[in-house]
Amino acid sequence: MSTLEIRDLHVSIETDQGVKQILRGVDLTIKQGEIHAIMGPNGSGKSTLAYTIAGHPRYTVDSGSITLDGEDVLEMSIDERAKAGLFLAMQYPVEIPGVTVSNFLRTAKTAIDGEAPALRGWIKELRGSMEAMRMDTSFAERNVNEGFSGGEKKRHEIVQLELLKPRIAVLDETDSGLDVDALKVVSEGVNRVKEQTGLGVLLITHYTRILRYIHPDFVHVFVDGRVAEEGGAELAERLENEGYDRYLTGSTVG
Amino acid sequence: MSSTIETEKPDTDKTLAPGAGAHSHGADDVPVQTRSERFASAVHGDFPEVTGRELEWRLTPVEKIRDLIDGELDGGRFPAVVSEAAGVTTEWIGRDDARIGSAGLAEERAAANAWSSFQEALAVTLTAEEFTEVVIDRTGEDRAPRAAHTILTAGANARGIVVIDNRGSARLSENVEVVLGDGAHLTVVSLQEWDDESVHLSSQFARIGRDAVLKHVVVSLGGAIVRVNPSAHLAEQGATGELLGLYFSDAGQHLEQRVYVNHDAPNTVSRVTYKGALNGEGARTVWVGDVLIGRTAPGTDSYEQNRNLVLSDGTRADSIPNLEIETGDIAGAGHASATGRFDDEQLFYLRSRGIPEQEARRLVVLGFLLEVVQKIGQPELETRLLAAIEAELAAVAVV
Repeated sequence: MSTLEIRDLHVSIETDQGVKQILRGVDLTIKQGEIHAIMGPNGSGKSTLAYTIAGHPRYTVDSGSITLDGEDVLEMSIDERAKAGLFLAMQYPVEIPGVTVSNFLRTAKTAIDGEAPALRGWIKELRGSMEAMRMDTSFAERNVNEGFSGGEKKRHEIVQLELLKPRIAVLDETDSGLDVDALKVVSEGVNRVKEQTGLGVLLITHYTRILRYIHPDFVHVFVDGRVAEEGGAELAERLENEGYDRYLTGSTVG
Repeated sequence: MSSTIETEKPDTDKTLAPGAGAHSHGADDVPVQTRSERFASAVHGDFPEVTGRELEWRLTPVEKIRDLIDGELDGGRFPAVVSEAAGVTTEWIGRDDARIGSAGLAEERAAANAWSSFQEALAVTLTAEEFTEVVIDRTGEDRAPRAAHTILTAGANARGIVVIDNRGSARLSENVEVVLGDGAHLTVVSLQEWDDESVHLSSQFARIGRDAVLKHVVVSLGGAIVRVNPSAHLAEQGATGELLGLYFSDAGQHLEQRVYVNHDAPNTVSRVTYKGALNGEGARTVWVGDVLIGRTAPGTDSYEQNRNLVLSDGTRADSIPNLEIETGDIAGAGHASATGRFDDEQLFYLRSRGIPEQEARRLVVLGFLLEVVQKIGQPELETRLLAAIEAELAAVAVV
């Protein structure tokens, strides 16, 4: 049973106007098998948290810690974090010209497992996962995310989630831009993977819509770079009715 | 750190500016000529002496190729073994054969020197409507300066691919003519895998007939100085030209390509995609892409792009797209040019899936170049090129 612990995390980025503080003391604990929703207005630092966990070089950790079962995640390179069991489903998955989905997934699987998957079983697994996500298997021979619609890119992220079998996954606004059918497919995918592997989920979203399909055990409201309020699923319902306004009084977040 | 500089916009500038900086559209430049009015001749002496400051020579190390520009060239048959196939005729033809000059004429002095010097031309003609594959195996045997002339013809509705497979040692200046009859679909691949000391100057002219489709591919991997200048004359309505290029320049290598697409009939289509990688001190590439959309070419659809991936310090890539439009009635025209280092977001994405940094870089470079390979449409050749590019990459120590 893995646990991701974030303690008093302060993160900044460099901008043209100088260093900008984004996270100002984040505390979170996510255990395998739990679903945590992080909700908050635009600019509150939700995506920064996601990318910092994954190790994007743009973000500088000024203080605080991130550990996975006591291991220092901040000391790990980007790929070491993935091997340790962390996964980031991106809001804007990147296109990689000339690299086919099938080559990409096999290379990633080999890197994470430390050995190449047995060919026949792998093809079956890949095909099964794509079919479950309603992706035509012809996508396997297309270049990674190239010419994919927004929905196809998100479904491709969940295919990766299913095949790479991380212990903790961060889903960064996976719901944004999805129509209701795609939203259901993606949500079912996440729920299925969680059921099969005991995945822990950090679900970052601006809207409560996806929470109808993926039921959070905990809800954390993010405002101005820190957790402003925490609760259970009922907190999401309250946000759906009231919005974020009551957190923003006197705040400069735009 | 990514350092990509990108320009991407449609362009209605009618001025080609000799000697001006890359991608200049300034009004101060003296208008000299439209691209189609550039002087052409088959006679060496018709061209003025090359100073190295001319528009078409200023990015080329002319002092290292004086023998090919002005020297005496051996015009005997350049070694070539042509594979046999049904519906393919191979012959050596004399200088007075009517086919010679049917696709174009030399536009600079080195090409004219070759034209003045060759004794016989290699003519390969495809007539079958079934898809036919031809390989012209040219393995150079020495470094004596030579001239060559080749004419590739696809008859009406013929389908096929011709691969000019260049290996071995050479100092060669040549002209290659490509003639597509109405409705023909022809792929021409000019593959340069010369040895490290070789020099190769090749002007390749294509005339594309009505509703015919030319796919022209330049792959330059080996050779000290390789300059391949393909031009496509979309001469009849509905003609299509897809011009692809792929090059990998190592330390001290000069790889140049000057592409010219002439839209000269209604509803013609062109796509130009050239991609290159540079690695090592003195690795040098030049890409110039001229597209002319003439008054005769309403309904033209045109797009050209060049992308260069810089893998080390000490390299230089010139990338100069030029677009001349003489008619207002076009379906589309645009160009893009980008030269930069790795895309950090691509590397992050791959590494976030557990792929180690070196492997991720290898995948990105390979993918960058394979995008062109994937468009060739000949599996065996694609596999061979993949292996050749892998071998180039193996020499890249720290990228």
